[in-house]
Amino acid sequence: MAIALPEQGLIALRKSVSRRQLYSNLFAIVGLISILVALVVLVALIIHLLSQGLTSIDWQFLTSPASSDAEEAGVFIALVGSGLVMLVTTTLAVPVGIAAGIYLEEYARKGWLADLIEINVTNLAGVPSIVYGLLALGLFKYALNLGESIITAGLTLALLVLPVVIVTTREAMRAIPSSLREAAYALGASKWRMVKDHILPYSMGSILTGIIIGLSRAIGETAPLVTIGALTFITFLPDSPIQPTFPFISFSWLLSPFTVLPIQMFSWVSRPDLAFEAKAAAAGAVLLALTLLMNGFASFLRYRLRKGIKW
Amino acid sequence: MNAQPSPPTSDLEYRWGRNFQEKAIEAMLFLAAFLAVAVTASIMVILVTESVGLFQTVSIVEFLTGTEWAPMFEPPTYGILPLVCGTLMTSLIALIVAIPMGTLSAMYLSEFASLRAREWIKPSLEILAGIPTVVYGYFALLFVTPLLQKILPSLPGFNMLSPGIVMGIMIIPLVASISEDAMRSVPRELREGSYAAGATRFQTALKVVFPAAISGISSSYILSVSRAVGETMIVAIAAGLQPIITFNPLEPAATITAFIVQVSLGDLPHGSTAYQTIFAAGLVLALMTLVFNIFGHFLSKRYRENY
Repeated sequence: MAIALPEQGLIALRKSVSRRQLYSNLFAIVGLISILVALVVLVALIIHLLSQGLTSIDWQFLTSPASSDAEEAGVFIALVGSGLVMLVTTTLAVPVGIAAGIYLEEYARKGWLADLIEINVTNLAGVPSIVYGLLALGLFKYALNLGESIITAGLTLALLVLPVVIVTTREAMRAIPSSLREAAYALGASKWRMVKDHILPYSMGSILTGIIIGLSRAIGETAPLVTIGALTFITFLPDSPIQPTFPFISFSWLLSPFTVLPIQMFSWVSRPDLAFEAKAAAAGAVLLALTLLMNGFASFLRYRLRKGIKW
Repeated sequence: MNAQPSPPTSDLEYRWGRNFQEKAIEAMLFLAAFLAVAVTASIMVILVTESVGLFQTVSIVEFLTGTEWAPMFEPPTYGILPLVCGTLMTSLIALIVAIPMGTLSAMYLSEFASLRAREWIKPSLEILAGIPTVVYGYFALLFVTPLLQKILPSLPGFNMLSPGIVMGIMIIPLVASISEDAMRSVPRELREGSYAAGATRFQTALKVVFPAAISGISSSYILSVSRAVGETMIVAIAAGLQPIITFNPLEPAATITAFIVQVSLGDLPHGSTAYQTIFAAGLVLALMTLVFNIFGHFLSKRYRENY
């Protein structure tokens, strides 16, 4: 500095700097504390669930049907139901979502139609899940007469997951540099060939991550399924999809009544009985483990992909 | 890659076939994308057609301004205000928790945390957003409420405070991740200019980065409002189901979503009054979230164009 500061001024300046630095550090601590509070709640939730429910989780709990006797009640039927509903959801939402994503990212020309679709996708992502339940109640259960069945539940959750799949597909495809597209065109590939042989394989990993995250949300979804009237006492398995007699594959399970894990948990939470509270915690712990495993797998996949891709 | 067609087929025919295939595929992809529009349209159509019967027995004005909600009693009253009040109260509590904590977390992650810390903290916070809401409901009813009762002994078992707080914790990652993205997309030069002028990280975060990212941050707030308004299981389990107009968070209340769940649990014949009321309630809910969503996306679009 050209002009030497008088001694007094220098001290005042140093004081002001160290005071402002102190504020800055204090603020950082406040920020860190707010993150820690959230994480402490997360830990408290997990510990509470495990401490209440862990004693109930054993082989018998996982392989028994629901029962009005708390001692014997288990989650087997609910686990099978969750699996089958997820199967329907995945089969419907994944191809349709990817196709929609491809159209919006690679095909759609700028214009009112593309804008209209885009606005609708973002809006659907924000529609409360219970509204999907009302749609399912009016449309699938009554208008299409599908009843309180696995197919109704699968369709409902597929609609719920659809925006997630569309958005991740688009993001994954947007990350691919356009030089790759031009290279494919230069070799004479048609648009669909270019998408099918290049864009889709390159973005598949990221799309898969998004699908898993979407499904992990769907598996814990309760409200839309309660709305279609799925909170019933079910103690039998749906028909097996594989039959011993010709034609060996049966689709009658699609129309059977069902229960899923979060609904089973909800019905146990709403009972005033203490013994069922433990069962609810146990079901919650199983559900939490499932969603955390799916999320963890998705994070792992994302981490691996980020390391692997270098455009 | 494509084997050329055998000599008798002309090149023109080959091209025609290929063009046809291309067009057919494009049409199928378009149909998939257009499904989004169809779903939105059918949501609106179903909500309106299934609830329209109700508005023959009660006028829309009475429905929207009535202060008593007792559709199952004799004589039935259909004023949705108590449900709207419960919804807004629980959402307000959630936002009082989520907005400051989410914003502070986002500021810390974006302006203070080291790269390594961020790599660990972000996915851990995301776990909170992935927990099923029925688990949160259980947690609110059987952990948070008893905990609060130790501080406030007069707190009833069902109240708005506990589910509101839990809902707020659930929404923190939503606020934090959108706000952090907005703050991180503020150009580096702005920060460096501020540091060069002698500002600390705190001053830069508060007076340079935050205002520059304000539209993205406010869009995260609005999206979290719509998330809180539509949240169902936490309030259905822990807030009680009495539709009363009250502004006291220590009292139980019913939200729009909790009412829909409560009615769905019972016998619900197609076309009955109970059936019509949940669609009318759903219509109000859908319109409320629609307004917030459009507003939020409008704001986030604007900030994307800024830099």
